[in-house]
Amino acid sequence: MDHGHLHIDRKTGTVDPASHLPNPTLPPRRRATGGDEMPSVNVYIPTPFRKLTANRQHVEAEGADVAEVLADLDRRYPGFRAAVFGKGEEVPAHINIYVNKQEIGSLEGVRTKVAEGDEVAVIPALAGGAGVGQPPSAVPSDGARPRKRIGALTPEQVNRYSRHIIMPQVGPAGQRKIMESSVLIIGAGGLGSPIAVYLALAGIGTIGIVDFDTVDISNLQRQILHQNDDIGKPKAQSAKETILAYNPDVEVVTHEVPITSDNAFEIIEPYDYVINGADNFAARYLVNDACYFLNKPLIDGSILLFDGQVTVYLPGQGCYRCLYPEPPPPGMVPSCAEAGVLGALCGTVGTIQATEVLKLILGVGESLHGRLLLYDALDMQFRQVRIKRDPKCVLCGEPDDASKKVTGLIDYEAFCGGAFGHTNEEEQKAADAARELREKASVQ
Amino acid sequence: MAVEVKVTSVLQKITGAKVVQGEGGTVGELLADLDRRYPGFKNQIMQNGSLHRFVNIYLNDEDIRYLDQLNTKLKDGDSISILPALAGGAA
Repeated sequence: MDHGHLHIDRKTGTVDPASHLPNPTLPPRRRATGGDEMPSVNVYIPTPFRKLTANRQHVEAEGADVAEVLADLDRRYPGFRAAVFGKGEEVPAHINIYVNKQEIGSLEGVRTKVAEGDEVAVIPALAGGAGVGQPPSAVPSDGARPRKRIGALTPEQVNRYSRHIIMPQVGPAGQRKIMESSVLIIGAGGLGSPIAVYLALAGIGTIGIVDFDTVDISNLQRQILHQNDDIGKPKAQSAKETILAYNPDVEVVTHEVPITSDNAFEIIEPYDYVINGADNFAARYLVNDACYFLNKPLIDGSILLFDGQVTVYLPGQGCYRCLYPEPPPPGMVPSCAEAGVLGALCGTVGTIQATEVLKLILGVGESLHGRLLLYDALDMQFRQVRIKRDPKCVLCGEPDDASKKVTGLIDYEAFCGGAFGHTNEEEQKAADAARELREKASVQ
Repeated sequence: MAVEVKVTSVLQKITGAKVVQGEGGTVGELLADLDRRYPGFKNQIMQNGSLHRFVNIYLNDEDIRYLDQLNTKLKDGDSISILPALAGGAA
């Protein structure tokens, strides 16, 4: 599986290329003009090297390729090269260099060309990795997003996060970990709403939102990211506004596209953690599979009627397919649109998911990994069953029948001819039921 | 062997209750008994004699796939949970 050439498509405009960088006042991107002038690029300097740049986190440098940019940096900031490269000529293994979020190892190495206005980041591979007490399995893979570095907290931040900071399990160091983390939320709906709100309040550095839907009045029974005035607005946009209204510290990246086998890797790759709040099996399997291939911790939750299920999959320790190897055929398990869901149930399950990701970031407590938590809201009972990695898993194991092995991403909708749980006939039935309800309501 | 069987909301359409009683020396026998009591039960969770791949059965919170599957032995007082995958989230 080659994901060496992943990058966020900057042309779509849905992903702000500067969104991961701590400086929100970057100049607008300019393209090379074709003149003789040497391209000038914006270089992100991580904390360990900032003593060389008078503590500046962004500096300008010139050069036609990465090697020239590095040489120019050494001229402007004597000792830079030695600090980054040591005595060798090659980029050392513990340093990653990114051009517009793409690691140069997947491009042309130090000969990667740069253009006017490009962003170059020099990131020590260990920066922001495992903290004290964090289980190694929970350490996210080294994604393409140059990690946000948080220095000392401002007085306002100390105040805002004081109820976190005074807890010994969090403290200022833990709060900084939260603020340096990036979390991708699949779906800005029933589950995505409470997840996004609590992660925003907690001060997560970057929150990504994948949703291509628009807000419908029927969403407002449970989706607390959206309000009456948001009806008709893209959900990702509405989510971003709500998050920023709660906490302007958070960077929000919106992905207003359906997640598919074509874009799943590039959407997921830059994030440390993925939280699943998808409303259909196709997306659930796709996200699970992509997280497996990219070694991303996945916090999974699902709901129906009065039932909820939550668990955590850590890289190398099992996946959704260990639990449920294949999606059900259309119609076997109803969707929320057909069967309904108690609005408040979303809050319970979503906040458990948010709690689990915060625990992973802080490296505290016992994660739900290896356990499937079952919530029955009618009886108000929580139960759990043990789940484990299936050595014969079709995705992360070796199935008896090698031909069943999943080796790439699958768009289930494509070969089923319709979204799971939404066969045309059933959609028609649901639409009829809704119309009937509306008619009844208008009579009364 | 009399055991308690917990089902999720989807299967309650057939059983009419969240917790039902069934009998059998093994999980397979128990499912046959439940199908006699609640016609159509097996069809919801099985196909051609094996469990659907989106349905898991737990004996006292342990997945029977890692025990003896449908031949897993039961004893009085055991608790069985039948859990299909759920998709809901956003919509």
